[in-house]
Amino acid sequence: MKRRNILLASVVAAFAMAGSAAHAERGGDGELKILFWQAVSTLNPYLSGGTKEVYSSSMVIEPLARYDETGKLVPTLVTEIPTLENGGIAPDMTSMVWKLKPDLKWSDGTDFTADDVVFTWKYCTAPDGGCAQKAQYEGIKSVEAVDPHTVKMTFTEPKYYPYGAFVGGQSPIIQKAQFKDCVGAAAPGCTSANFGPIGTGPFVVKEFKPNDVITFTANKNYRDPAKPAFATVTLKGGGDAVSAARAVLETGEYDYAWNMQVEPEILATMVAAGKGELVTAFGSQVERINLNHYAVDPSLGEKRSTKEAGPHPALSDPAVRRALSMAIDRDVINEAGYGAAGKPTCNIVPGPEVYASTANDWCLKPDVDGANKLLDEAGWVKGSDGIRAKNGVKLSFLYQTSTNSVRQATQALVKDMWAQIGVAAELRNISASVFFGGDPASPDTFQKFYADVEMYTNNFDGTDPEKYLAEWLCNQIPAPSNGWQGQNMPRYCNPEYEKLVTELSKTADLAKRAEIAKKANDMLTEEGAHIPLIYRGQVSARSATLEGVKINGWDSELWNVADWSRKK
Amino acid sequence: MFKFTLRRLFFAVPTLLVISFVIFALLDLAPNNPTGDLPLTIPPEVREQIRAALGLDQPFLIRYLRWLHQFFINEPLNILEQITGWQFGDGHRLRVLSWATRSPVVDLVVQRMPQTLWVVGLSYLFGVLLAIPIGVLSAYKQYSIFDQIGTFISMVGYSVPTFFTGVLLIVVFSSYLHWFPSVYDTNLRVTDWSSLMAQIKQMFLPVMVLTLYNVSHISRFVRASMLDNLHQDYVRTARAKGVKEKTVLLVHVLRNSLIPVVTVIALGVPTIFSGAIITEQVFRVNGLGQLLIVAVQGGDIPMVQTLTFIFAVLIVLFNLIADVLYGILDPRIRYD
Repeated sequence: MKRRNILLASVVAAFAMAGSAAHAERGGDGELKILFWQAVSTLNPYLSGGTKEVYSSSMVIEPLARYDETGKLVPTLVTEIPTLENGGIAPDMTSMVWKLKPDLKWSDGTDFTADDVVFTWKYCTAPDGGCAQKAQYEGIKSVEAVDPHTVKMTFTEPKYYPYGAFVGGQSPIIQKAQFKDCVGAAAPGCTSANFGPIGTGPFVVKEFKPNDVITFTANKNYRDPAKPAFATVTLKGGGDAVSAARAVLETGEYDYAWNMQVEPEILATMVAAGKGELVTAFGSQVERINLNHYAVDPSLGEKRSTKEAGPHPALSDPAVRRALSMAIDRDVINEAGYGAAGKPTCNIVPGPEVYASTANDWCLKPDVDGANKLLDEAGWVKGSDGIRAKNGVKLSFLYQTSTNSVRQATQALVKDMWAQIGVAAELRNISASVFFGGDPASPDTFQKFYADVEMYTNNFDGTDPEKYLAEWLCNQIPAPSNGWQGQNMPRYCNPEYEKLVTELSKTADLAKRAEIAKKANDMLTEEGAHIPLIYRGQVSARSATLEGVKINGWDSELWNVADWSRKK
Repeated sequence: MFKFTLRRLFFAVPTLLVISFVIFALLDLAPNNPTGDLPLTIPPEVREQIRAALGLDQPFLIRYLRWLHQFFINEPLNILEQITGWQFGDGHRLRVLSWATRSPVVDLVVQRMPQTLWVVGLSYLFGVLLAIPIGVLSAYKQYSIFDQIGTFISMVGYSVPTFFTGVLLIVVFSSYLHWFPSVYDTNLRVTDWSSLMAQIKQMFLPVMVLTLYNVSHISRFVRASMLDNLHQDYVRTARAKGVKEKTVLLVHVLRNSLIPVVTVIALGVPTIFSGAIITEQVFRVNGLGQLLIVAVQGGDIPMVQTLTFIFAVLIVLFNLIADVLYGILDPRIRYD
């Protein structure tokens, strides 16, 4: 019996090896064609920060470790992920050590050493450089090269979740030799380096036409001699999401198209052509409606939407906040605007699995009667116009969001749902570049929030929500004093919540962290800081002839492009 | 005439300076932001540092004067250096840098020029070549079947937007028939017959969409202008003298009718350079129009400023050319 098992195992192993051998030829599969309808502006993610730049550059430059499609950390350029158990992280949590893989080479054939890692940190933290990923390097006192294959990071204070710098597509390692004269204010001047960074990834930039097309070729010095399967990659940009979907799903001109923000029924007819399929990954994006906790009446002038304006006359009532959430049928919104690219949710931290709470699931089922009853009990009485009021305050809200067809459809649906509980909504949409532009002089930004409720999506980098949950702290409330730059849009302020966040930042044990994060998430939903609506996934289109795609919601979608191959 | 041209050129300088200032002020007043498109995970203080690195923390006037210096002194000197190979100063001049790509705007414009000129320019040329005979025939045989069909088609071409015709052609010819590609390949180099065929194939749909628009636009002008002239006394005189009908139409009437048409055509030339924003976007031609719209959306002010200013220069220039041509074509008009 035992012998047979061993035999079977060896046969399976032999088959597995034979299977991989069939693909084991670098560049054997010809050209891979990718479409990004938002064109790529630069290949240096430190100078841009845009998702399209982070994704496209991840084919060339790599971080020390990245997240796989399940949200697990996997080593890329290091031998293992440093932890307390393996001694990689000091017991006092003030330093950590990365051990680089031996014999790693840059695509130009030179050695990849600890100096390059140290340089990357110096590059992004240099003054006047305007590094877009500086937040990843927050709280780092120093990065040193202990020896050519060992990097030691020291933190300014104990860091209980230390995986930020050099982890994920946002902070890849750049080559010191190439960028040494491009530090600080000199960074934008190095056009050829920014357009063609030398990396350790599976591909090398051959030609870059900004905002148009990038041509890559396979990296001759890539660490796995059998990869990548494709000899060249063309990454074309421009156009719109619908025609990008068409180029993969209907005409078959392209193999992969990123970010299909298209109404589900249009995509469904395209998929029926049979040339390709949609792939979806869920990360941490949540479409939510923020409820303004401060008064916003225009008569308040400069004071509106700030602490000086006082609490919101209607939305400060917990019953109103809860009723607004109860009245919403999230399934209807999801079906109309998101389809497979969304799931109804009641959490602001929707994933990874261990962080997702189930305590608020009451809101998944709409309860119009319950909401009406709640408002009745709280003293909000329907007037002759069908709108509830109390002490002269009407439940009539200005509801703003960015201009986007799915958002406008959602607004219309929510308006109808709220009408059923006697709440009126006036809809407004603002161009995305103004709404998210953050110009302190503009009255229409989502930070200023000169409206009762507003809707948009936010998420966090990687898999740890610590920094994200800190956005709901009292000192993060946007106000004239901080140039309207805080991130606490609902103006939520609760000392109990602050305690939880502080506790989270001092906990190292992952199970405990998950428990605290869940508690914080539940508090936000229960107290009605906002109304979570849809857990949004990212949808891309993949040709039926393309194999190995593992779409990833936690890192670059092209994280495993080295493993992609053509179906034989 | 020469004096007139010189005087106009001289007056163009203050005009263009005012235009550049107005564009800059408008862009500055617009509630747009180069960091507005970034993911929300990038915190506000980092955004502030990015803005500072772009020079946005400086006062308006300083930024405007710096742009003037970069555009009128540094860029021409660079071009001169590249052409002649001479060296002026140390050669390290600050060029007009795009905020999105952090690379010189002029280089991007040069990179985008060929595909825009090919696609938009060719459609303009075809438009003119088709519009004149159609306009002449429609006017000569007014209310005939040809005229009715011509009027119908030009009404369709005029009123149906290119984002509709473009997508319709893609659905029919790319998705359904698979005759032409729906995505333009800017990397394609014409080296042999097969690559030439590929180039023609990928240009076919966008050129067709734009030609339809241009033909309907210009043929209406030709027709109206022909009709004006056909009823003039000199036409009757020519016919009474026994001049052949062909000569009456093509020599006397057409020549006189073309005077306003030439003006329209000349004034339309700058639009070739500004690209066809929508058509370029639909077919992913990625020419100057696409460059402009991406820059507008991304709040890339140096890029928008430079592009719109180049268009302004072209418009002023072609206005002058139209005026001069007018004088040459019509002996009655004298400027001096």
